[in-house]
Amino acid sequence: MSKEAVAEETSKMKKVFEGPESLNEEEFSYCPGCHHGVINRLIAEVIDDLGIQDNTIGTAPVGCSVFMYKWFDIDVIQPAHGRVSAVATGVKRARPDLNVFAYQGDGDFASIGTNNSTHAANRGENITVFFVNNTLYGMTGGEMAPTTLLDQKTTTTPHGRNAKDYGYPIKMSEMLAELDGPTYITRQAVYDSKRIDDAKSAMKKAFRIQMEEEGYAMVELLSACPINWGMDPVEANERIKEKVEKVYPLGDIIDRT
Amino acid sequence: MGEKKLLRGNEAIAEAAIRAGCRNYFAYPITPQAELLQWMANHMPEEEHGTFLQAESEIGAINMVYGASSAGERTMTSSSSPGISLKQEGISYLAGAELPAVIVNIMRGGPGLGNIQPAQGDYFQTTKGGGHGDYRLIVLGPSTVPEAAELTFEAFELADEYRTPVVVLADGMIGQMMEPVELPERVDASNLPEKPWATTGTDGREPNVIRSFALGAEDLKSLNEGLQDKYSEIKSEETRFEKIGTEDPDILLVAFGTVARIARSARRLAREEGIDAGIFRPITLWPFPDKPLRDLSKKVDTVLTLEMNSGQMVEDVRLSVNSNVDTPFYGEMGGVVPTPESILEEVKQHV
Repeated sequence: MSKEAVAEETSKMKKVFEGPESLNEEEFSYCPGCHHGVINRLIAEVIDDLGIQDNTIGTAPVGCSVFMYKWFDIDVIQPAHGRVSAVATGVKRARPDLNVFAYQGDGDFASIGTNNSTHAANRGENITVFFVNNTLYGMTGGEMAPTTLLDQKTTTTPHGRNAKDYGYPIKMSEMLAELDGPTYITRQAVYDSKRIDDAKSAMKKAFRIQMEEEGYAMVELLSACPINWGMDPVEANERIKEKVEKVYPLGDIIDRT
Repeated sequence: MGEKKLLRGNEAIAEAAIRAGCRNYFAYPITPQAELLQWMANHMPEEEHGTFLQAESEIGAINMVYGASSAGERTMTSSSSPGISLKQEGISYLAGAELPAVIVNIMRGGPGLGNIQPAQGDYFQTTKGGGHGDYRLIVLGPSTVPEAAELTFEAFELADEYRTPVVVLADGMIGQMMEPVELPERVDASNLPEKPWATTGTDGREPNVIRSFALGAEDLKSLNEGLQDKYSEIKSEETRFEKIGTEDPDILLVAFGTVARIARSARRLAREEGIDAGIFRPITLWPFPDKPLRDLSKKVDTVLTLEMNSGQMVEDVRLSVNSNVDTPFYGEMGGVVPTPESILEEVKQHV
């Protein structure tokens, strides 16, 4: 069939699947099997579902998702590494009528920016935070993060992370749940369709909490980094299920809605 | 100008900011600027949409400024020397992302923890960079409390006009001293110039992006060229200075801030001894008023620079004046404030 004929035929068909409005046509630059793409798409779908594309501001981290501004069809701010929660706070305090989300990796949220992340949570800032935990630094070449599992090999723990030198995997969600400030903290994964559905519901809830001015909502997302884990995408998904979830169990940690 | 009040420098700066339409203030306590934070805590909530937030750290505060400015609002943070050091990363990002903001530094003695006495040791940090990368800040150096209020008010206009961070560089003396101040008239904060670049929600338009990031070398080069063009324009349009008794002086004194004020007393003492000491006071420390100083230096053999540091602005003075002019320096460090008498002694050595 010619191109024209295909176009003619498809124009008669019912559209059953399309990309979210809140993403543009630009291709993601994530590696094969990386979960950032799934998570980015879920955020866009949730924004569409809630009808808030016009008044939502994204704040992106430094790292592989630094390019969020390229493919999201919403206003995006690119802050300094670690400062995403503080910048999101500034936007929200200045313009409480806007929906603001912070997208942060584990280096950003749990290491260099822990002070800012913790205090935004403790103040109960009315923002939505997506904390993407892939247990290492992806963009800079797979170094150890505070979330790295014990014995996990990274480029800066070539013999595996040992507790004596580097302490233990930091459980940010459990840590923040000890505070009185946050409204909702949950941990989700996106390695299969059930987990994706659950994650999407949690993400939508996290936005709704902000829209209803109920305060701080944070969704931790266990994420695969097959390239730096030295695995193929299927093995990486298995690793989350078999190993990462054992340290970071899925589910709601606090829900004060 | 409006109402007259007896205010501490820190309070006058805070009140001038509110009158300039600043509705978002983020800061962390530090001496000797604490009264500024306290004034904001008391008065910002009285304003419609006024946000006062004591941040978790200086780093938190400057990044909240980054967020509020991205959303198109007039915003400010203030601190003193060690706290300003912590803000440098954020200031570099503000400059790179071309975000307007006002940053007040009530300088104290350094380096390190130093002390809480007035000093001018942050001249290099503020006028030459401070953070990473090629950027400049508009730096305003008030020498009295009324001028601190006036320049703070103006700082918001300059920041918006050029989409750049502006620093009000005062010292602990100006921050703590009380003087009668004629406060500026309040601007209508609900009717400030539009900021079509701000991230305020797309609402039908193409998305706006706030970033200092440009991965390609050519892209970053062009971002930098844009910044440099802007800095050239600021240099030609916004250079400010004051000349006192410079018609036919025996010697020219160059000083800014508190020291310029003391230099005026020293000038009176010198006159009693038959010496005419003219004063050149840079008001914009960046852009430094190099050409006016060069022109003036042709009238004298000696240009004496006075500072509360080991000699920082004197480097800009030496770059500005003719090479046949003598350029001695007199400074005090560690929070010691020069007296009119000590300046006079220095003047007498060079006349």
